[in-house]
Amino acid sequence: MLKRLLASREILLLGAIMALLALIATRFPGFVAPSNLAGVFNDTAPLILLAIGQMIVILTRCIDLSVAANLALTGMVVAMINVAAPGMPIGVILIVAILLGTLLGMVNGLLVWKLDIPPIVVTLGTMTIFRGIIFLISDGKWVNSHEMSAAFKALPRTELLGLPVLSWIAIAAVLIFALVMRRTTLGRAFYAVGGSPHSATYTGINVGRTQFWAFTISGALAGLTGYLWVSRYAVAYVDIAGGFELDVVAACVIGGVSIAGGIGSVAGALLGALFLGVIKNALPVVDISPFWQLAISGSAIIIAVAVNARANREKGRIILKSAEHAA
Amino acid sequence: MLMHAETAAHAARAAAPDPAPILALAKVTKEFPGVKALSDVDLRLYPGQVTALIGENGAGKSTVVKTLTGIYQPDGGEILVDGAPRRFATAQDAAAAGITAIHQETVLFDELSVAENIFLGHAPRGRFGLIDWAEMERCAEEILVGIGAQIDPKVRLRDLGIANRHLVAIARALSIDARVVIMDEPTAALSHKEIEELYELVESLKAKGKAILFISHKFDEIFRIADRFTVFRDGQLVGDGRMADVTEADLVKMMVGRDVSQIFPNRERRIGEEVLQVVGYDHPTEFADIGFTLRRGEILGFYGLVGAGRSEFMQALFGITKTSKGITKIDGRLSAIRSPADAIENGIVYVPEDRGRQGAITDLPIFQNVTLPSLKRTSKNGFLRLAEEFRLTREYTTRLDLRAASLDTNVGSLSGGNQQKVVIAKWLATQPKVIILDEPTKGIDIGSKAAVHEFMAELAAQGLAVIMVSSEIPEILGMSDRVIVMREGRIAAELAGEDLTPETLVRHAAGI
Repeated sequence: MLKRLLASREILLLGAIMALLALIATRFPGFVAPSNLAGVFNDTAPLILLAIGQMIVILTRCIDLSVAANLALTGMVVAMINVAAPGMPIGVILIVAILLGTLLGMVNGLLVWKLDIPPIVVTLGTMTIFRGIIFLISDGKWVNSHEMSAAFKALPRTELLGLPVLSWIAIAAVLIFALVMRRTTLGRAFYAVGGSPHSATYTGINVGRTQFWAFTISGALAGLTGYLWVSRYAVAYVDIAGGFELDVVAACVIGGVSIAGGIGSVAGALLGALFLGVIKNALPVVDISPFWQLAISGSAIIIAVAVNARANREKGRIILKSAEHAA
Repeated sequence: MLMHAETAAHAARAAAPDPAPILALAKVTKEFPGVKALSDVDLRLYPGQVTALIGENGAGKSTVVKTLTGIYQPDGGEILVDGAPRRFATAQDAAAAGITAIHQETVLFDELSVAENIFLGHAPRGRFGLIDWAEMERCAEEILVGIGAQIDPKVRLRDLGIANRHLVAIARALSIDARVVIMDEPTAALSHKEIEELYELVESLKAKGKAILFISHKFDEIFRIADRFTVFRDGQLVGDGRMADVTEADLVKMMVGRDVSQIFPNRERRIGEEVLQVVGYDHPTEFADIGFTLRRGEILGFYGLVGAGRSEFMQALFGITKTSKGITKIDGRLSAIRSPADAIENGIVYVPEDRGRQGAITDLPIFQNVTLPSLKRTSKNGFLRLAEEFRLTREYTTRLDLRAASLDTNVGSLSGGNQQKVVIAKWLATQPKVIILDEPTKGIDIGSKAAVHEFMAELAAQGLAVIMVSSEIPEILGMSDRVIVMREGRIAAELAGEDLTPETLVRHAAGI
């Protein structure tokens, strides 16, 4: 049991994060103060939300490159709604954001399911289209802080039991999707489809429809994050979260999600995102140039993939009788 | 060992005024764990002659091809080139000796041009060692014209049909100056006109003095183009000689006339009421007019050559391919099966041929594999009930005597036999009425085969209706109550009782 626990990717990653924090603490003890760690978590919350959705998509042997563009488009739409109708309750804004994100995710899912287009092509296309639509509806203009209503900007910052709502939303998403992945038939279907699409087909699972749901969930989370992002930074423009989809994929990969599908967990996505979050926040503190940050994040990705590839390598057939028990 | 070579060559010379064989196998043996694939076999290929290699599936034909082309190393015996023993450590060694094989699915590169495919690896070089394209295309053209092929060497391979691809493969064989050409079921995917063209090509290769090994299931083509035959059965040589000296009946007898070496379970046949009725299944390109009935407790064999459309029909019946039409009645009730989920709901399950790819999901634990098709029963409103899943899994793994440390173990860490038990438990847990087993014992050793046969008999005894797709005659004969023979997408015969003999099976399957 202990052996299994140690071999688990999630535990390994947790250990790596702890080691990283310990290392930082030797040079800058203030970084590991609870209040600062809470700040790091809050800062990483959007990445966690998107990584959960991306994890599910990757699990089904797909990829969603449009998450950041979906976030930006949804963010722009709700910001413009807020400018046009400042009195609209935040609850309605939240629902609009989630619904719009879901719809955009469904577009990806339908293209993959019904037209059988490779996911990387579909989402590369929709990524560009979503960004283009932002430009069209905003005329390329920014929605600035002073145009947004106070209530619109307040929600993610409101503190609840010592943590901002943004953090609580990330925590809730982790718990809900951990439950979905482990305890629902849909969650099981995601694993089955990624593990072996052929087997899944023969057991009566509709592979395309399952992938559609994965994109839909990813879209819903991106939409939710869209509102949170725009309201937290109090600005919306065409290029917000530009390139963020790569951070999201990186978080998944570091979190042990197999790009080949079928392997991954919510805990992994969470820890992968936190690992990147700690690096991003810690390096400036310990006075390392931002260029090194990029190099270190990149190295972390390659190391994580190498470690996972080693763990997943086929053991080979056991032909020798003597090896049977040793294995 | 050199003695063999001399005696073999001597024997050949004494028997007839034949030229010396270019390539020969002398007492070659090849073993795999649990199986003796080839046992002391001899084979001789003469210049300017076509030798047909005949045998059932599993007779050792593919092993011979792989041994001749350097993919397998023989465990005993020798490969002789021009009478001298040679070792082919790699496929390149065999190619260097002038041996080339054209497979059922030719190994070529879709995105390269015809000329590149022909000269890949030995392209003519110009200055600075760069490929001389003009020269390469000129040479390709020359070879293609030589074999009567009207193919532009500049065209990409993917734009060619199957017949022309074969011609390119043959052109490639000629470009490396092959002396021995092995054709492994070259006509399997060709139309009648294309087959005629292939025959002409074989004639022209003969005229050039090449030795040809022609592997085919189809007797008409063997009699049409072969000069000699070699028959294998269960990895042993059972006869060879000149085509002129034998009849079809002789060859069939050699192929199948076996001692019943495998023991099949002696089962009590309790055949019950009709459970499945299939009427008029049609597919635009794969099969037509398939209809039959199936009773409880019955094992219905589906025999045919590879490519006869058996698996394709089964996939349609199971709702995987949706372009086919047909009526399915289960227990007399009309059942609309539009997806595998519908089929499972209606009590039909399908255990596909390739267990590695289509059977168990190795990254998931045992219990998740077993309950996957039964999730509707073990879940409530979309939420899993793990206790129920473990109960169901335990029930069926115990019945199958599956031993594992925990039901939470990943299937990938189990032995092959146990993985198979997981797959069977998975299907039994759906409580099916009809179970379709597609090549259930393909590629497994004799001991495991017997276990699968036992199990099949037990399923039938419990009142399940079993459809067994198999290309192995002993298995079909040993297990089936009734056999449907398919040929070229249609039912060629339905055999039972005294009509069910190795000869009738082969005749109907090959269309003699």
